[in-house]
Amino acid sequence: MSFQVSKVNDVTLIEVEGQLIVGNRQELKQGVLDKLESGDLKFVIDFANTDYIDSSGLGVLVSLSKKIREQGGELRLSSLNEDLRTLFELTKLDTLFRIADDKEQALEGF
Amino acid sequence: MDGDLVLEIPTDIQSIAAAVDYVMSRCVSCQVKAQKLNLNFRVGLTEALSNAMMYGNGADPSKNVVVELVMGEDQLQATVRDQGVGFDPASVPDPTLPENVSRPCGRGLFLMRELLDEVSYNDQGNEVTLVLRLESGGAFEGSASA
Repeated sequence: MSFQVSKVNDVTLIEVEGQLIVGNRQELKQGVLDKLESGDLKFVIDFANTDYIDSSGLGVLVSLSKKIREQGGELRLSSLNEDLRTLFELTKLDTLFRIADDKEQALEGF
Repeated sequence: MDGDLVLEIPTDIQSIAAAVDYVMSRCVSCQVKAQKLNLNFRVGLTEALSNAMMYGNGADPSKNVVVELVMGEDQLQATVRDQGVGFDPASVPDPTLPENVSRPCGRGLFLMRELLDEVSYNDQGNEVTLVLRLESGGAFEGSASA
């Protein structure tokens, strides 16, 4: 798993490539927390190039969402494929996150 | 039977993906719909391995996890066994309840039950058996009972 970080206006866009799983979730978590610590408050994590997220990966996203909200910020997700959408729906995490069809849609209206 | 295998894996979370890929490669000849195999079985097996290593074996690299795959005429069955003391699967709360949705953990077992046709534990709680039936149908049929 790797991820690219960029800034679109005042939104931090994180584009994940590869699976987000128990073996690499801490890497993404720390990357986002570092940005949060440096003052970023608006985040979009895009999964256009991710085909699988395990329960640990889902847990990291939940944890990040909570920490970002505690700081007064917001985390949005985008570009979940059909399988990932199903995992979010099954676990009711689609009620916790604002999920956009693509990163452009996620970036709008921030 | 063709396709059956027994795999013993050291406790190393970095090895889970490769182990699952290998087991999945042995399932390509079975008659489960590809989408159901690639999502339901892959997710179930991955979660079972992760739980076995992280919780069952306590992430102890000196402990192993054993995976047994049996391809029956009408079902695919995987058993995952760790060297831990076991646990009570009934003690894991439902992560979809409103009070639990914001918790960072507890979704692995839930996903196994949702996506597989059967999920059962031995009495000790250190061995889980996952079953996926080889019948036609949607990719997300499941809802096993523990």
